[in-house]
Amino acid sequence: MSTSLRNSRAVALAAATAALLLVGLALAFYWVPNAPLEGFRQRIFYIHVPVALTAYACFGWAAWKGLRLLWTREQRYDLESYTAVHMGVIFGILTLVTGSIWARTSWNTWWSWEERQLVLFLVLFLFYSAYFMLRFSVDPGPRRERMSAVYALFGVVLIPVSFLAIRLAEGLIHPVVFDSQVNTRLTASQLITFVVCFAGTLALAGSLYVNELTGKRIDARLGELREALE
Amino acid sequence: MSYLADVGTLARKDLLLELRSRDTLPAMLLFVVSTLVVFSFALPADASDAAAYGLLWVAIVFTAILGLTRAFAAERDQRVLDGLVLAPCDRSAIWLGKGIAVLAFLALAEVVALPAFALFFEPVSWELVAAVVLADGGLAAVGTLLAAMAAASRARELLLPLLFLPLAIPIVVGGVGASIADDPGRYLGFLVLYDLIFAILSWASFEYVVTE
Repeated sequence: MSTSLRNSRAVALAAATAALLLVGLALAFYWVPNAPLEGFRQRIFYIHVPVALTAYACFGWAAWKGLRLLWTREQRYDLESYTAVHMGVIFGILTLVTGSIWARTSWNTWWSWEERQLVLFLVLFLFYSAYFMLRFSVDPGPRRERMSAVYALFGVVLIPVSFLAIRLAEGLIHPVVFDSQVNTRLTASQLITFVVCFAGTLALAGSLYVNELTGKRIDARLGELREALE
Repeated sequence: MSYLADVGTLARKDLLLELRSRDTLPAMLLFVVSTLVVFSFALPADASDAAAYGLLWVAIVFTAILGLTRAFAAERDQRVLDGLVLAPCDRSAIWLGKGIAVLAFLALAEVVALPAFALFFEPVSWELVAAVVLADGGLAAVGTLLAAMAAASRARELLLPLLFLPLAIPIVVGGVGASIADDPGRYLGFLVLYDLIFAILSWASFEYVVTE
């Protein structure tokens, strides 16, 4: 693919991201009626949940690219997997921040160990932060590529296992509270808003991914050239 | 059959090496007992009985990390791993042999730790022993793979706990649950599930981690 075509695609994706996010936020703030139980503050749902799902998508994408790397031994998958983890961590941090804000408005506390999603994202955040430590302390080469790929694969397996563990631990530490979950039954307008916001955050992740991947490729190429010069 | 013979030879090599040099196991034993003593001072006098079980699991995970940081020390210093990778055996046999050795060290450390725990803190139930055995399997399986990764890095001993602790959280949940819950069966079942999933994954991916 030529550079100009790639650039124009990236610009189109960025424009679509901006449009989708603007429409999504407008719908979330001005169109959807207040939720009956939680009122205005429930609207953070349209940011928090899409961001969390996008983070999962990034981690899944990273593991898929890692699997492809182990399979085909093609070097380009390494940077793609790395960039996907990078994006996943950014969206994971956003999930923790928005979830913390939601917990503050709902239960008047910045952190609640009863909120499974938040605890899971904390575990994942720690896990994927170690991914960067691993990458930065191993010399570049095929072995590092495969180690990173294996670690990214462990990540997607850890997600359901940790989720199960957190559910089990919940019954242990606190009596399980059955509260009416906000997202059990969405009305049509809520669903439309949610889908637009989710598409917006996915497009945002994709846009950032393309951008960052280009940057990382240039960086790697520059490193190679430097080495050749020395 | 030759696969099992390879695994046996590799495990025997590690156990023999430890028997002659004795530099990992005594450290693990001393560490786990010291940790328990430190915990007895960390717990307030009116802490619930359940808290002591939680601390026992922290001690077990930390002791496993201590042992694992040494697991590939000889291979790294003497460049044994290059030779093993070149040897005409399946690479996963290296993982299994090392895992069995790690498991043996961990089990020996707990043979001391559990009576010490019973002496200092709370009684040890059969469920707890079963949970410790199952947890050891998971800790050794995941730990051996991650230790091989960490041994190849510059940070080495520093990196292993960072890689290992997030993966050990489910083991702690299962272990603590089996020690204090009314229905330990669920938690033991969860530990079995964890062992199966991560043992298969580690077994399958070890080759990619050690080959250049």
